[in-house]
Amino acid sequence: MSETEGVKAPLSNKERMTIDRVAMPEQAGDARAHNFGEVNLGLTYQLAMLEAERCIQCPKPFCVDGCPVRVDIPRFIKSLRDGDLPAAAESLLGDNALPCVTGRVCPQETQCEQVCIRAKKGNPVAIGYLERFVADWAQANPDALPTANPTQTGKKVGIVGSGPAGLTAAGELVKKGHDVTVFEAFHAPGGVLIYGIPEFRLPKDIVQAEVDRLQRAGVKLELDAIVGRTYTIPELREDYDALFLAVGAGLPVFMNVPGENFKGVYSANEYLTRVNLMGAWSPNSQTPILHGQKVVVVGGGNVAMDSVRTGRRLGAEEATIVYRRSADELPARKEEVHHAKDEGVRFEFLAAPVEVLADENRWVTGLRCIRMELGEPDASGRRRPKAIPGSEFVIDCDLVVVAIGTKANPLLTGSAPELNVNEWGYLITDEYGMSSLPGVFAGGDIVRGAATVILAMGDGKRSAAAIDSWLNGVWPPPPEANAAKPKKEAAVAGN
Amino acid sequence: MHSVLEREQLSPNVVRLVVNAPRIAKVRRPGQFVIVRRGPGGERIPLTIADNDPEAGTITLMIQAIGASTTELTNLQVGDTIQDVAGPLGAETHLPPAGTHAVCVGGGVGTAVLLPIVRALGEKGVKVTSVIGGRSKEWVILEKELREAGDVVTCTDDGSYGRHGFVTQALKDLLDAGGVDNVYAIGPVPMMRAVAEMTKPYGVETTVSLNAIMVDGTGMCGGCRVTIGGETKYACVDGPEFNAHQVNFQELADRLTTYRSFETSALERKKAEEAAALGACATTEVQA
Repeated sequence: MSETEGVKAPLSNKERMTIDRVAMPEQAGDARAHNFGEVNLGLTYQLAMLEAERCIQCPKPFCVDGCPVRVDIPRFIKSLRDGDLPAAAESLLGDNALPCVTGRVCPQETQCEQVCIRAKKGNPVAIGYLERFVADWAQANPDALPTANPTQTGKKVGIVGSGPAGLTAAGELVKKGHDVTVFEAFHAPGGVLIYGIPEFRLPKDIVQAEVDRLQRAGVKLELDAIVGRTYTIPELREDYDALFLAVGAGLPVFMNVPGENFKGVYSANEYLTRVNLMGAWSPNSQTPILHGQKVVVVGGGNVAMDSVRTGRRLGAEEATIVYRRSADELPARKEEVHHAKDEGVRFEFLAAPVEVLADENRWVTGLRCIRMELGEPDASGRRRPKAIPGSEFVIDCDLVVVAIGTKANPLLTGSAPELNVNEWGYLITDEYGMSSLPGVFAGGDIVRGAATVILAMGDGKRSAAAIDSWLNGVWPPPPEANAAKPKKEAAVAGN
Repeated sequence: MHSVLEREQLSPNVVRLVVNAPRIAKVRRPGQFVIVRRGPGGERIPLTIADNDPEAGTITLMIQAIGASTTELTNLQVGDTIQDVAGPLGAETHLPPAGTHAVCVGGGVGTAVLLPIVRALGEKGVKVTSVIGGRSKEWVILEKELREAGDVVTCTDDGSYGRHGFVTQALKDLLDAGGVDNVYAIGPVPMMRAVAEMTKPYGVETTVSLNAIMVDGTGMCGGCRVTIGGETKYACVDGPEFNAHQVNFQELADRLTTYRSFETSALERKKAEEAAALGACATTEVQA
């Protein structure tokens, strides 16, 4: 503790235990239901310093094990409370390529904070809030951080997809001195961080600033490049020493009920892409979006919450979630459900859509649903919903958004038949994240199926370590290169 | 950034642009399209690649001014730039064997989408008869280019050029004459539907290219879903070309009207802005 001597007397653990967890300042529910401004406002310096004092600096911190990218949490919190923000930022950024993103969208309550020792008696340290505080400080003060100048290896790595997995891998590999190019199909980088997660949860300027930082570090970006069309995998393999495929799980799943193609039925992918990537929430955008007065969103994951809250902000008087299980089974983050409720979102539990209704011009007028009851647990361990015969009812609506999941997009895998995929079209990788093609690695949703931003980032970090080893001719990689290998997590819908 | 290298006005509302896009020019196949975004805040617009020159690194786009975004594109001049050109997207045209006879029917800007197919058929050794039409002479486009690959029958609704009447009437004569193995039809939905209904009793395989509304063009949004033989397909990745006899044209026509009121108001807004800008310029000139 020598570095803190003469500054102030450190608190005893007993004193730390008496400090209550801070609350995240947020925009009021009735106000924010009508704007796209960020809901969580971030901690003030005083709140952050107070919260940082709550960490008791466990010698064997469980929180680090709870983190898919293994951020050294006690270390950055220690630097923060010592008042050394540059050191806190350097420590955090060394472990996590996108801390401004994870500080906002990670489900900390089921990861680092769930296993925080303080959660055993009361509330865990607000690790996510502190991460966001330090990350936002780093983003606002780029000159305060040392610039890394790694020795260039001359090895080229191509990364397909600029979502959380791709950007994380890019950040890790450029640190090792490799020549990294990221290919993005859209006209803007960020993948799901840009097209999927709404502005009010993750401002697009924040994502762009994280990408800018990676570009300053040397990552090259090629936009409008659709691998599988603009380039093929065999072609890229010739030009790059290794590839990392992180294209996400692209295709929307529809309900497969009559009336699904009526006007006013969107996939969540389309609805959110129009609003987020294309900026249709702003009246200045040239991209149109239907503004429903009564919006129904089918699904119970984070994507469903993002969609229904977007519908509310686009002016819906009624915004309803239709979910076939009960409140207890909602896969969405608790925080998102709580935010949705505060914003006036209605929940129709134990109901499943059976037909979309429309008027004579084929515009949506309602969603016919059937009541469900929960039966025996299924393979996922959740109780299987069963329809109750004769229980159909209609929800009046003029917009339906289908947010019941995604599946693998065959565009990329189709361009390289040698890539082994499973029965659902997801890429099969070995324990090091390598696909059936030597030197071609993969991670994120195209391997896992729909999961979370942080799990994709974990894959990106783990694969980057393996790719570095591969490029150095050390194969299989030494155990430490594989330290971030995640346990088999249950996939959670959404992000 | 992609520079506009050539510009030609083909009809009162259709413009041909040659655009710098080396990578796409190198790998593009007939039937494929690109998604174009003029600049920040711009819409993503799917456009068929009418032609490519791998050596010059250019592609040819033919654009019909419909809404605000397409009007902005047709107003581009040589030297202007387009920020994003993504592609090539979609599946390539399925070509029948050499020695067969294909009739290619184009209506309006559909003729521009037809041109690369006609060229590909011609190159493969398929005998091509193109049937193209428009309201009047000035709306008939690309006759000279199509003639390089085979015969061309032109039709106008008002009889001002070529045959008097619709393309479907000319097609019927060709079908009745016999020896037609394949029909390709591209144009407004009612025209494609009419062609599909006409060729069905003749048992002639017919292909249409569907201009569904799309955002990403890679299968991600599902906005371009069309019903083909009772199954949902995505025009962007499974198409844009499909077997005409299996297409649910009513659904396609319906879905294409989703943003009609938005398109109209956006165009009116743009015209008002332009008028205001012109007014401002005129004032400045007077003051100068």
